[in-house]
Amino acid sequence: MTGLEDLYREIILDHYRSPRNRGELPVPPAHRVEGFNPLCGDEVVLYVELEEGTLSDIRIAGQGCSISQSSASLMSAAVKGKSISEVRGLIRTFKAMMSIHEARLGDGSERASSNGASSDEAAVDPEALGELAALQGVVKFPVRIKCATLSWNALAQGLDEMGTG
Amino acid sequence: MGSLTPKADFPLLSQRVHGRRIVYLDSASSSQRPQAVLDAMDDYYRTTHANVHRGVYAIAEEADRRYEAARMAVGSFIGAPDPEHEVIFTKNTTEAINLVASSWGRYRLHAGDAVLLTDMDHHSNIVPWLTLAEERSLELRWLGVDEQYRLDLSELDHQLDGVKLVACTAMSNVLGTIPPLAHIAERAHSAGALVLADAAQLVPHLPTDIGSLGCDFLAFSAHKMLGPTGIGVLWARRALLEEMPPFLGGGGMIRDVRHDGFSANVLPWKFEAGTPPIAEAVGLGAAVGYLESTGMEAVRKHEMNLTSYALDTLSERFGEDLRIFGPPDVEERGGVISFAYRDVHPHDMAQVLDQSGVCVRAGHHCTKPLMRRLGVSATARASLYLYNDESDVEALAEGMAEADTLFG
Repeated sequence: MTGLEDLYREIILDHYRSPRNRGELPVPPAHRVEGFNPLCGDEVVLYVELEEGTLSDIRIAGQGCSISQSSASLMSAAVKGKSISEVRGLIRTFKAMMSIHEARLGDGSERASSNGASSDEAAVDPEALGELAALQGVVKFPVRIKCATLSWNALAQGLDEMGTG
Repeated sequence: MGSLTPKADFPLLSQRVHGRRIVYLDSASSSQRPQAVLDAMDDYYRTTHANVHRGVYAIAEEADRRYEAARMAVGSFIGAPDPEHEVIFTKNTTEAINLVASSWGRYRLHAGDAVLLTDMDHHSNIVPWLTLAEERSLELRWLGVDEQYRLDLSELDHQLDGVKLVACTAMSNVLGTIPPLAHIAERAHSAGALVLADAAQLVPHLPTDIGSLGCDFLAFSAHKMLGPTGIGVLWARRALLEEMPPFLGGGGMIRDVRHDGFSANVLPWKFEAGTPPIAEAVGLGAAVGYLESTGMEAVRKHEMNLTSYALDTLSERFGEDLRIFGPPDVEERGGVISFAYRDVHPHDMAQVLDQSGVCVRAGHHCTKPLMRRLGVSATARASLYLYNDESDVEALAEGMAEADTLFG
């Protein structure tokens, strides 16, 4: 089961069993955004509150597998209290980490939007990711990448909808 | 009991994954092919290929002969009274149902007409009707699912009032439930409605006889019955097919084309525009031959025995930790076993099983209305076929127990 231990790291299982920032926030002032994975039926609902250029609060609802749920939980802990530009940077870094493998697999759409595998790899700074680096093992399981990126895509969409640059 | 036919007949099953023998339990999604099917398609391409219905030279005539022989074999396999005219080759079940919705539906259904659907159907037998309902302002009604995972037919006569078509699965791809189609068809016909059966899960696994089913349209796919992808079948009563307008327009489906219009070809070619999947039809014919020589009664009996063994083995081993979505009585279900194990998400369960070489499906299985009814977002699903045996079921049980080490 060596392969599976790469996927299901202890931090991931911990965030799956005890998800952080679980719940809802009143809308408004919070903004609500949903993410769906139409292949497996997983769904994530984010409640995001901004205050003076900072992501002041976030809550997560919805249901899904250990990877989508732990990734959402880890994301919530990582972005809370950060400036919008820091959050945007984190989204970029996380998605770059997740796209390394896709680029290597020759996924045309991913490659078109990045500069290729080598520059992606250079762009990922594990220091900047902290606990999120635990999700790195997901790239060895290409089908699960969409689970890991579900909440991150929803957050990026939410920030766009809220009109943040 | 062992497998019904030798695993060695199926080249893919001798593959190894993650250093383990492959345990293929996803035939409800797509089955594997025996060597006989691969050989028939290979031989066709090597010796015979030419376009059908066009050439006068020898290999073109042979291509025609093999293509039409496949149609007759398929028709005979399902007890079609007039296979020469009533068996239409499509891309798959989905296209067959879309053909009916688009051709018969647009021709026959008008604002205010009702169509009766079910909560246990696949999206392929729901979405074409949702689309048509919006276009034609149709009323959609739904047969529910009861506590025993059967179709709730308690209000059937009442629900049939004013209905023009009942679109119903012949066997659920999630629950395994086999609805009483003959009874539904009898009540529907009394109410003046036609019946379309999505038989994608039925035809591969049970002896199928159009006459006893009583339906008016029947759709299924080759790739779930040991045949290739890319070809499916629509069977319909000849009188209905005669009155229906063509579905796709193009070569092969016309008798004459002028500046101001066209006249359609005769059946079955009226509904087969463009170069058809010829090698795939040949492969489907070979799959039908393999199933017939095995015997569909034997297939059904094997799957009932193995399903019973699987339900007992899993229930005894996992007890309260296991929830099975489907009827307990193997008489009224096929070998599709959807389950939830403790609170392990189906996606995680399928990932864990993969490490043991066990292939199962995890997800909503294209049945979101049913998932809502069951109160889950997804299930894990193991499905059985003639090449499965007790050792496959045991590998499933062993693999499931591995989930405890991660999620215990």
